[in-house]
Amino acid sequence: MSDFHLEIDGNKVGVKEGETILEAAQQAGIYIPTLCHHEKLEPFGGCRMCIVEVESRGRTKLVVSCVYPAEAGLVVRTRSEKIDRIRKTILELLMAHAPDSPPLVALAKEYGANKDQFEKESSFCIHCGLCVRYCEEVKKNYAVGFVDRGVRKEISFIPEIAAKVCNDCKECFPLCPTSYLQATFVLTESLAFPTVP
Amino acid sequence: MSQINSPAELDAFRKGILAKRDPETPCISICAGAGCIASGADEVIAAFEAEIGAQGLAANVVTKGTGCPGFCERGPIVVIYPEEICYLGVTAEDVPEIITETIKEKRVVDRLLFEDPATGEKAVHESDIPFYRNQERNVICNNIKIDSKSIDDYLALDGYSALAKALTGMTDEEVLEEVKKSNLRGRGGAGFPAGIKWEGSRNAAEKTKYVIVNADEGDPGAFMDRALLEGNPHSILEGLIIGGYAIGAHEGYIYVRQEYPLAVENITLAIEQAGAYGLIGKNILGSGFDFKVIVHQGAGAFVCGESTALMTALEGRVGEPRPKYVRSNIKGLWNRPSVLNNVETWANVPLIINKGADWFTQIGTEGSKGTKIFSLVGKINNTGLVEVPMGISLKDIIFKIGGGIPNGKAFKAVQTGGPSGGCIPADQLDLEVGFDELTRAGSMMGSGGMIVMDEDTCMVDVARYFINFLTDESCGKCVPCREGLRQMHKILTDITEGNGKEGDIERLEQLAEAAREASLCALGKSAPNPFFSTLRYFRDEYEAHIREKRCPALSCKELIAYYIDPDKCRACMICARKCPVNAIEGGKKTIHVVDQEKCTRCGTCFEVCPARFNAVTKISGQPVPAPIPVKERTISRKSK
Amino acid sequence: MDIDRIDQIIDRHQCEASSLIQILLDIQSENHWLSKEALTRVGEKLQVPFTRIQHIATFYKAFSLVPKGRHEVHICVGTACHVRGATRILDTVKDVTGIMPGETDMDLKFSLETVNCLGCCALGPVVEIDGKVHGKMSPGETADVLKNYE
Repeated sequence: MSDFHLEIDGNKVGVKEGETILEAAQQAGIYIPTLCHHEKLEPFGGCRMCIVEVESRGRTKLVVSCVYPAEAGLVVRTRSEKIDRIRKTILELLMAHAPDSPPLVALAKEYGANKDQFEKESSFCIHCGLCVRYCEEVKKNYAVGFVDRGVRKEISFIPEIAAKVCNDCKECFPLCPTSYLQATFVLTESLAFPTVP
Repeated sequence: MSQINSPAELDAFRKGILAKRDPETPCISICAGAGCIASGADEVIAAFEAEIGAQGLAANVVTKGTGCPGFCERGPIVVIYPEEICYLGVTAEDVPEIITETIKEKRVVDRLLFEDPATGEKAVHESDIPFYRNQERNVICNNIKIDSKSIDDYLALDGYSALAKALTGMTDEEVLEEVKKSNLRGRGGAGFPAGIKWEGSRNAAEKTKYVIVNADEGDPGAFMDRALLEGNPHSILEGLIIGGYAIGAHEGYIYVRQEYPLAVENITLAIEQAGAYGLIGKNILGSGFDFKVIVHQGAGAFVCGESTALMTALEGRVGEPRPKYVRSNIKGLWNRPSVLNNVETWANVPLIINKGADWFTQIGTEGSKGTKIFSLVGKINNTGLVEVPMGISLKDIIFKIGGGIPNGKAFKAVQTGGPSGGCIPADQLDLEVGFDELTRAGSMMGSGGMIVMDEDTCMVDVARYFINFLTDESCGKCVPCREGLRQMHKILTDITEGNGKEGDIERLEQLAEAAREASLCALGKSAPNPFFSTLRYFRDEYEAHIREKRCPALSCKELIAYYIDPDKCRACMICARKCPVNAIEGGKKTIHVVDQEKCTRCGTCFEVCPARFNAVTKISGQPVPAPIPVKERTISRKSK
Repeated sequence: MDIDRIDQIIDRHQCEASSLIQILLDIQSENHWLSKEALTRVGEKLQVPFTRIQHIATFYKAFSLVPKGRHEVHICVGTACHVRGATRILDTVKDVTGIMPGETDMDLKFSLETVNCLGCCALGPVVEIDGKVHGKMSPGETADVLKNYE
């Protein structure tokens, strides 16, 4: 049973109180691209790929659908020239890090993003935070976390914890849109616990 | 100390303080703000105390370390009451003379007075100095009259009378209505009307609410909040308690940035003093209203000036902004209604309550009421804090109060609003200063930083500087800000270093649009402003850098060369001796030549070449003329 | 810094997780850096996961995860100081101390940091050493001032 209705790309969609636009769209089978979203995790609002246009009380604005609460009567557009342009820029920025990541390559095709638009960066990590948040919110292991801020921000394993829990879990590995996470763990493991030759 | 339990007791207490003070007793006020302390105010204060003791005047003269009056450039500042004689740039060595001459003999020490550089006229009183004369100082005026560590000084100047009036003479609703009527807009950033923000919190269902002072003054080049918090901490407290009463909050927080230790010290002391008098705590002035205040120190992160990041930091977590689309006055600190205003906004509240919203709305323009404190810095003669009515023109601030641009240079632009603001060019100097006016011009009010730039400032470099600042301060959570600014900084650096290419401006515009439209918080959304505004008004400079590899301001190191004009060089050897890398060839009676291979473009030769020769020039965008052949370098000096 | 002292600081803040940053600031100002032992202890007492403490300790500029020198030199590179030549002051300090911003020299004499505004804009360029602010500095004066520190 839905509490109220809103309109997404011309379709009338029923939603429950407290749901986000993204959840409403997903239930109605309307696709909105995401990179940092995971249904088991709190909305993060980091990648900004799920940006959509909403019209409410005569005003149009851009919002990210993974956080924005669905309201009765809201008119949502998931594609427009402007939305596509912003998604393309976001993809081009992320492909400076991970030009061959399969999900990014697929989205780049859709939005006409050029993987060489910006100068390449050394780290693959796109800071979606899926590993960190999954480890914290779902597994409650706190084995991997963020360090530093801004352009120096990275993910980092706590060796003492990783040594105890990670080998039996590794549930975060398939979440990573790039291969960076696994590489970081392997590195942590080899540095902290070198195998005796 | 005994508690003050009612407005009547407060009044009696105030009269008691005043009765003990003879207005004719000489009082020496020495600015003890961070700026003057950096200029040696501590030693001056110690010297006064020692000299007064030595001359046996301890019973007849009062000295006090006060807050910052704003004219930091000329500190340490000493004002002697009751005559209000103002001495500038005072050192410990001047102290005996001041005591002997001014205190004992009532004569003015001429050489310590302000001298108008234009007319040579001296100003005896603070109010005669043009820098002060053209201001309207309602908020910052008490800074110089109050010992910033004394609650009695604040009480003597009617301190806490607005609190008494609000708590016992007005209902909480009436207080809110008065603030709403005043149309006081937030002095920290976007200029949101304070009363409407307060009303939202007040009407929120959740019972526990908070009021918060944002003293995370992070904009480089702005220091008015530091001056207020250090100089007159009780005025902020008084405003905060009144705000708490209006919205029904019983707890207040003051978030002070880590770089301001003196502000933390003074506000912490002020809270203790107010607590001892019963002006904070249970049943304030017998009104039944309880209120407590907690000081929280920042740990060095510009993004914590953003409201939701500040609140997460207050909760003891990493200061990342929240992605939620819920206003913090409804769900803020610990998800409860929280009113966050900056220091200057809170400092206006007691004035509005005491003098009324009608008084407040007389000052300013239609959309921007009251006065605003600006921090006038950069290439300007009178650097310091200026408080002016909203609606004053930029020209009046920069030329009437600021005294214009030093060294006869031409004004180029003024950057307002901090890193998120923009640059306003010379042809818009008539712009009236107000929240909406500045936004329309492509800049913003922000917290009131005003950085003046002259003809030597490269506007592409200015954009690069601010984007670099924000790249460093981005929290790193969202892509358009973290990655977008990173790439913008790379492109802007390339342009200023002569590696710009066709298409760079378009790529910058692409990145700037994504940051403005899609960033998570105000930092990212406003980060492209310095780029947008410099491109809007100075596009030709961008194009010159990219296409001609030329810096029109002759500022970008990689794009300029220093060249000695052989016709003007008199072979005086000054530049050759001062050059730190020995890049200047030549000797006595031999025309000097810059070795372009060795030159590091530090500019020392340009600065030291005597003005009467003026032989060193800066060249950009064209090849350096070939050095004249060695055999033509000898000059025979003509006798006069 | 021993565990007892750290515990005292934590207790002074009533062992509240919301005081985490204030506790770390107190430890930093007393000890001049945050050791892994200190961070671990704070995490245990406040029951905050180490990943979060590590993020906080690296997010905020006030914290250092390596020992600091006896003298902390802060060069203001705020806008007002920048337009008045802060870059040249910074270059001088780099030359004299042989370290870059964020570094500490081998003798643990100086630690160098840049700051984005000390609020002494009228006195730019500004250098702060061990909390004392030196205003209107030139490269030469800066080098002279540094000589006074042992």
